[in-house]
Amino acid sequence: MTQRIKLFLLNNGPLLTTILIFVLVYYAGGQLYPKMQKPQVFFNLFINTASLLIVSIGMTFVILTKGIDLSVAGMIALTSAASAAILLKGVNPVLVMILMLLMGIAFGIAQGSIIHYLKVEPFIVTLMGLFFTRGMAFIITLSSLTIKDPFYRYLALTKLHIPFFEKAYLYIPSLVGPLLLLVAVYLAKFTRFGRTVYAIGNSEQSAMLMGLPVARTKIAVYAFGGFCSALAGIVFSISLLSGYGGYAPGMELDAIASVVIGGTMLTGGVGNVIGTLFGVLINGTIVSILQFNGTLSSWWTRIGVGVLTLVFIGIQSLFYMRKKHS
Amino acid sequence: MKNNTPLFKRMRENRLFWPLVALALIFIFNAIFSPGFFKLGILDGHLYGNLIDVFNNSAPLMLVALGMTLVIATGGVDLSVGAVIAISAGMGAVLINPVFGNEEITNAVAADPNLTNTPLWLVVVVTLLAGTLCGLWNGILVSRAKISPMVATLILMVAGRGIAQLIERGQIMTVYYTPYFWFGNGFILGLPVSMYIVALVYIIAWVLVRKTSIGLFIESVGLNSKSTYYSGISEKNVKLFAYTFCGFCGAVAGLILGSYIHAIDANNIGLNYELDAIFAVVIGGTLMSGGRFSLLASIIGALIIWTFTITMYIFGVPANALLAGRAVLVLVVILLYSDYARVFLNRLVDRKGPRHDATN
Repeated sequence: MTQRIKLFLLNNGPLLTTILIFVLVYYAGGQLYPKMQKPQVFFNLFINTASLLIVSIGMTFVILTKGIDLSVAGMIALTSAASAAILLKGVNPVLVMILMLLMGIAFGIAQGSIIHYLKVEPFIVTLMGLFFTRGMAFIITLSSLTIKDPFYRYLALTKLHIPFFEKAYLYIPSLVGPLLLLVAVYLAKFTRFGRTVYAIGNSEQSAMLMGLPVARTKIAVYAFGGFCSALAGIVFSISLLSGYGGYAPGMELDAIASVVIGGTMLTGGVGNVIGTLFGVLINGTIVSILQFNGTLSSWWTRIGVGVLTLVFIGIQSLFYMRKKHS
Repeated sequence: MKNNTPLFKRMRENRLFWPLVALALIFIFNAIFSPGFFKLGILDGHLYGNLIDVFNNSAPLMLVALGMTLVIATGGVDLSVGAVIAISAGMGAVLINPVFGNEEITNAVAADPNLTNTPLWLVVVVTLLAGTLCGLWNGILVSRAKISPMVATLILMVAGRGIAQLIERGQIMTVYYTPYFWFGNGFILGLPVSMYIVALVYIIAWVLVRKTSIGLFIESVGLNSKSTYYSGISEKNVKLFAYTFCGFCGAVAGLILGSYIHAIDANNIGLNYELDAIFAVVIGGTLMSGGRFSLLASIIGALIIWTFTITMYIFGVPANALLAGRAVLVLVVILLYSDYARVFLNRLVDRKGPRHDATN
């Protein structure tokens, strides 16, 4: 029995540490600033990190295959700028959303194909993707475009009251992330696709020799990444009700940091999607603690995230080495 | 066929060939569409013109690309150079600042061009030291803590800009101290000072890499880290050296950039330099997986990026929209360098000879 508990702890160590740290950070925040104990502050985490969560979920899959997707923030900016520009022409908003998602998927497929068939480093291809998408967004519009579409406004401004909590609410777009998370958990744990992703991350060569559909899966992963970024872009433009090429600067790094903090190893094959949720929540908690403090400046967020990433890499390698020995 | 002469083949296999072809293409494009591009004039005793601008503007990128070449040659990558630039330039600005801390710079201070807190040599030394320490930190993480290079440098990339803001207390520091401007705006014998600095660092790097065995060690670490270790070379120290040197190069770039702009904004100085530097190295033909490298090719790579950028500026393309153009440029380069394209091109050039023999 103790053996089994030990094994469970070793297997889920990074995830449990992430959850523990989230609870600790949040508790510390609550002790420092009593107003942080209000339930609304907790729900605000989901409102503020809505698009980061979506992007990070896509990023988790990409990183699990030992790849990386640096183009996500550019895709968000491009989606926001493109949808704002199309909506100004009076096109049906639902059609716009579908178009944006298709654009994300197509872009992901293009990136995945270049990575897989031309054997170029994912890092370079997606970097090019970042430049390309941001540039395209600026070609569409050099200044910020306002979205006045009634449907977008409805989505942005409708409050969903949470049952059992007084005065606590969420916006509709903040539900997209958690829903996507459920889908992602299902994909990763219970489908052949998910198992193939882990297999590719551990060793692409072996996966190929085992007869797994490596090409299809890898391209599908990048397509999923593109889909997630486009979805995040839609959520982002709904929450800001505008579109601009300079939006979400450096979000790819926040996403990578969240994924790493969530216990996914950048060397591929190890990690899970639920950890990513807590990675994103930790990121959000740090930001809200800084906001509550008021005197602490914004740069502490970046330093904090950097230090946390370092700590987590240490924890990961510790667990990984233990697991290897046992 | 004339194309099949050994000379052409040798040229094609030289690693400077493709970068030079790309640079030549951009120059030819300029010669046709904007004749003013090559015009050089003399103003206040120094040369001016688009070409000089290209050299002066690309100097920081060339420096960063030099350091990045060594890091990539060891099979790693340094994502933190932009943050290193911000940190080192920030250190310099803080030291120059005549009033300490959060006090505001008054008009009296701004009006005096020679007011400084620290002597200039100390400013330079501290700037260089700050960047070198950042590089050392990266090197220790990669070589001693065995963290994968991308993650190790990602930490400094995320935290570094925060640290730079911390150093500058979140303000954009304007520098009024005139002698400091010499590094980015000065001229020696009619040519920009930054070019001399690049030449100096290049010579230092070249001597270190080609006249001692360090270059060989770096290449062997990049090709196979484990076998290097078993042949008795301290692969840890080789990596440590590469990252530290990259940090040093970032610091020199920070010095030039800060002095060129006259102000240090922790959020924007050296923005996207890590990406541009990696591009420059890739255009220079050094493989991302490590191994053989060429310092000169990386410098030409940096030159290509800036010539392209300035060409686009001349044609009135907005700086932000230029990103897309740059991406297309990189796509072309990637396709040219991919194994498929190489095989395809070689076959295209070589095919005619053997085929003639076969059919006859």
